Amino acid sequence: MTISRHDVEQIAHLARLAINEETLNETTRSLGDVLNLVNQLQNADTDGVEPMAHPMDAVQRLREDVVTEHNQQEQLLKNAPLTEQGLFLVPRVVD
Amino acid sequence: MHRLTLAQLAEGLRQRQFSSEELTKHYLDRIKKLDQHYNSYITVTEESALQQARQADKRLAEGGAPLLCGIPIAHKDIFCTEGVRTSCGSRMLDNFISPYNATVVENLINDGAVMLGKTNMDEFAMGSSNETSYYGPVKNPWDTNCVPGGSSGGSAAAVAAMLAVATTATDTGGSIRQPAALCGVSGLKPTYGRVSRWGMIAFASSLDQAGPIARSAEDLAIMLNSMASFDPKDSTSIDRAVPDYHTHLSTSVKGLRIGVPEEYFGEGLNPATATVIQQALKELESMGASLVNIRLPHTPLAVPAYYVIAPAECSANLSRFDGVRYGHRCDNPTDLEDLYKRSRGEGFGDEVKRRILVGTYALSAGYYDAYYRKAQQVRRLIKQDFMEAFESVDVIMGPTSPSPAFAFGAKGDDPVAMYLEDIFTIATNLAGLPGLSIPAGLVDNKPVGLQMIGNYFDEALLLNAAHQFQLQTDWHQRHPSSLEEEA
Repeated sequence: MTISRHDVEQIAHLARLAINEETLNETTRSLGDVLNLVNQLQNADTDGVEPMAHPMDAVQRLREDVVTEHNQQEQLLKNAPLTEQGLFLVPRVVD
Repeated sequence: MHRLTLAQLAEGLRQRQFSSEELTKHYLDRIKKLDQHYNSYITVTEESALQQARQADKRLAEGGAPLLCGIPIAHKDIFCTEGVRTSCGSRMLDNFISPYNATVVENLINDGAVMLGKTNMDEFAMGSSNETSYYGPVKNPWDTNCVPGGSSGGSAAAVAAMLAVATTATDTGGSIRQPAALCGVSGLKPTYGRVSRWGMIAFASSLDQAGPIARSAEDLAIMLNSMASFDPKDSTSIDRAVPDYHTHLSTSVKGLRIGVPEEYFGEGLNPATATVIQQALKELESMGASLVNIRLPHTPLAVPAYYVIAPAECSANLSRFDGVRYGHRCDNPTDLEDLYKRSRGEGFGDEVKRRILVGTYALSAGYYDAYYRKAQQVRRLIKQDFMEAFESVDVIMGPTSPSPAFAFGAKGDDPVAMYLEDIFTIATNLAGLPGLSIPAGLVDNKPVGLQMIGNYFDEALLLNAAHQFQLQTDWHQRHPSSLEEEA
């Protein structure tokens, strides 16, 4: 299976990733190489094999529904590129 | 002082041969003088290191301090460290100051370890050569024209160049064991869930595991004693008592059944590396262990399965870097979509972008069953191979990596060639098993690593076998010739 420039542009949009126009051919080629590698999986006989998500098939641990975090708003906003009055600022979304 | 192991330094501190402050200053001076040749550190935390050392000296004077008290170590820059830049080797986090400590960091602080700084790494731990770091590649102390391996290349090179006595690292597909092998040091990836992932920047959550790199198996045991813990803050942490790894080291390997997988000695393995590994196995046999030929038939599918699962999980994990809450933001975004796309396009390097794209593709509508589900099924087949093998052997051994350190740029524009660097380490992560690499010889004056793979939670057995091997051999005490000459 090969992948086209158009496919790569579509995936890059889904991943919200700007891809440089000049590097698009190169990106398409290297993604094709990686997909050729992973396509070796298609030859594996996996009939009836249960997919494995966790090495010990552990299930999600639950905890009591109580407050464990204290308010760290000020500290957490320190790393934000742009804030105002305790809020993250982004370009206008709604007119 | 820098030639002493962690165990020897701990003894020296207790005998008052030197103080932690003197020891820490000594290491900081070495970093200042020598790291320009290796680039193993991204950030050096001189001031806080000296402060921690003085506190450790007080604690040592009071008596009863933990073995790690006053010992200068460094953290891979993937672990969040409060008030200190935590970059993950990426432009994306170049300005990120962590507001909290990872559990691993907290555990080591509680035991009094002194943090010298944060070590260099492949960007977001994606790479096997350290060439993807935003801060430039780390150079292998054995040959500065060669890569140190990756992704924990800084952590391995810092120990090899004696710029820290031990370091923390992480391993998603070989990122502790392969750089340890290429830099001639010892490294351990514990069982998945043994060490907390909380505060460790996520790459592939079902595979990531933290572990130590050090100069000997004994030092790894001391580090793991502190790093391993059950952590309610990590939903995949396993609630199981942590044994004292240090007390299990002295058992003889007499009667130990070592499985030697046929698949780890086939195509792709450098013949000289194979010879070194065969000699190491003979050494263990002469010490009373027995060698058993085994098969791990699904080994060839490990790399393909990994390059679906790891990118898929990475594409989800790295979606949090959006230029809004932290990390790099592009200039003058026209709208929110432009903000996301350009911030991510500028903040991530080529290899990270490639994996995000592969993962997004594998998870996209219509492809999920063919890729992600199929890879998870293969993952179970790989685990079953190991479980069948462990019915007749106690431990599995083979090479850590197919060849010694390669030159910078050697696999530059061929991602698949780079991915095959991890053919012997990746299956261990897919199965969630513990794996360790120790120096076993030299090829062209470059180190070769012997890999040991254990059953779940058999870290003590791996460390025991590695320690016994190191009592009989001196490969772990060899240093790069450039550092032998220096006083």
